[in-house]
Amino acid sequence: MALRRLIYNVTRSPEMAPGGALVHAPIVPVEGEAYEVHEDVHGEHMLINIGPQHPATHGVLRLVLELDGETVIRCIPHIGYLHSSFEKLGEYRDWNQVVPLTDRMDYLAPLIYNCAYAMAVEKLMGIEVTERCKVVRVICMELDRIFSHLLWLGTTAIDLGAFTVFLYTFQQREKIYDLHERFTGARITTSSTRIGGMMADLPAGWITQLEEFLDHFVPVVEEVETLLTNNAIWVGRTQGVGEISGEDAINWGLSGPNLRASGVTYDVRKDRPYYDYQTYDFDVPVGEHGDIYDRYLCRMEEMRQSVRILRQAIDRLPGGPINVDDPRVILPPKTAAMNDMESMIHHFKVVMEGVRAPVGESWFSVESSKGELGMYVVSDGGSKPVRWRVRGPSFINIAALPHMIEGALLSDVIAVNASLDIVLGEIDR
Amino acid sequence: MSDQSSFKKGLEGLDQGPRPSEQGPEAVPPQAGGLPPHPTVDALRERFGDAVLRHEVVAGDEHIVYVPAGRNLEILGWLRDAEGHRYDFLQDLTAVDYGGGRQIQVVYQLWSVSNKLNLRVKCELPLSGLEIDSVYFLWRASDWLEREVFDMFGVVFRGHPDLRRILMPYNYAEGHPLRKDFPLRGRFTRAEQTRRALAQKTEDHYSPMELEIAHVLGQPVPDPFPAGEAGGGQHGQFGGMGGGG
Repeated sequence: MALRRLIYNVTRSPEMAPGGALVHAPIVPVEGEAYEVHEDVHGEHMLINIGPQHPATHGVLRLVLELDGETVIRCIPHIGYLHSSFEKLGEYRDWNQVVPLTDRMDYLAPLIYNCAYAMAVEKLMGIEVTERCKVVRVICMELDRIFSHLLWLGTTAIDLGAFTVFLYTFQQREKIYDLHERFTGARITTSSTRIGGMMADLPAGWITQLEEFLDHFVPVVEEVETLLTNNAIWVGRTQGVGEISGEDAINWGLSGPNLRASGVTYDVRKDRPYYDYQTYDFDVPVGEHGDIYDRYLCRMEEMRQSVRILRQAIDRLPGGPINVDDPRVILPPKTAAMNDMESMIHHFKVVMEGVRAPVGESWFSVESSKGELGMYVVSDGGSKPVRWRVRGPSFINIAALPHMIEGALLSDVIAVNASLDIVLGEIDR
Repeated sequence: MSDQSSFKKGLEGLDQGPRPSEQGPEAVPPQAGGLPPHPTVDALRERFGDAVLRHEVVAGDEHIVYVPAGRNLEILGWLRDAEGHRYDFLQDLTAVDYGGGRQIQVVYQLWSVSNKLNLRVKCELPLSGLEIDSVYFLWRASDWLEREVFDMFGVVFRGHPDLRRILMPYNYAEGHPLRKDFPLRGRFTRAEQTRRALAQKTEDHYSPMELEIAHVLGQPVPDPFPAGEAGGGQHGQFGGMGGGG
């Protein structure tokens, strides 16, 4: 299916309202300005260290910068401070026990990671989940896309000095936390998927609560737009900053909104549809300039599109079982396990021996909130993975940071870093 | 009754273990005619002949091509630029160690944005010669991915301009963690690990290039973990945490 291309009508020159108020601010040419303003310190290079414990690095990222005045000559990121060896731990756990490791990677969109992992293993095992499970997972993934974009919006705005937005977005995130908690029992570490289905079906009234959230959420997006989209400071700090061309973005492996902001129409949901995404009616926003402002616009539009997908998913949510009818992977009902010897043995064997996957491997990717999230699972026929590899979108996105900020100002480092929407749990794994 | 028999069938499946998949790593390479065709694999065969060592299809629709490790740069470069294929997006670069002294596989997962094609290319490296050409200049995305594979598996990428550890500390001396012979808790004792952590100096947190820059500038390297903030008189990351091993 061809992508529908939404082009934003962004004015790149100063535009004044009839009353004389500034509607759009002009872009400040970054490099030239920096040298003129700081002529006195020009030529004095300096090595500085930002992080790892610094609020604007969004985690324990550490950047070593070589500065010429305020201009960044070189940026060298250091990661690994949160390294938890998840991939190694996964090799010591059976297929279902890996699920709790996945949501600890990206704690900003845990359900997407849960689902992506389960989908990769199901593909390896040749399991087709039920129709209800597919729609429930689509709901989970789109809800967490909003969840993650809201955090990105709030923290990026706060990094650039707009505090109010943070309060708006975190109020909405609280409601998604409540939905998480009601469905999975946990607010962040959801661990909600199992191979072949979900941990539980949706609780009664959950969909109503979700609908209520959506009704209240859409006006909030509009409100945040009024705070930022035409805000002179916001426009001045974001337009033309951290630009990357579409060709470069592909070569650097950027994905998700960071890639689409550069004008590349690559979305896994459209290009390699999974879970019937081709039957949902939604658009993929694509930017033009590849700067922070376009990434912002892409994410804002993605939230609205996620609401569209969520409403369609709610409408088509079918009844029926949520788990596949496959005794290899799914536990018997608790009442049967307590009353019937066969079921008890079955329960015991699935729990103690774990689910077994056939010899083989599978590389499966979904469109996470941060980009393309790939899960590579290799099995030798046992109940544990030989290799479980995560292609973390943040890991690859942040690798392009030096390319985007070398030559920019020190203050832009914070803005560009924030705009990439990284989560260190997944970068360091 | 019929319920129970279907139930037992599931249990038998558990007892027997899984059925090996037709194209498993040990399986005989299937005949070329028996696999669903992939346009790029056919073109690769035509262009490079027997450099296509094996062609497998796993998990239904995922095509894998095995190529000789010595020719990876040539073949991947062709895949990136060839008209009609153009795998311009490096989705993933990783490695797999099956253990038991078997060869380590370096895995390139490719995607063509314009042609919407997927292909996985694998090179096998013996444990005695873990060296392969870097694809840094084909896809810059491979910069950190190759560093990660080097860090975790010890595969050396020839021609990578900045090949150093990425997730583990620069002076990590216990080996390469994702190798199958690496124990989960590390190779050193807990006491030795603590001693090394506490003995870290500021310079240990910087790469050689950064130390060089600081040297040229005549500037001391900035301490990422100032002792004053961490509390206590100890140096380094674990200052103030107590416990001297």
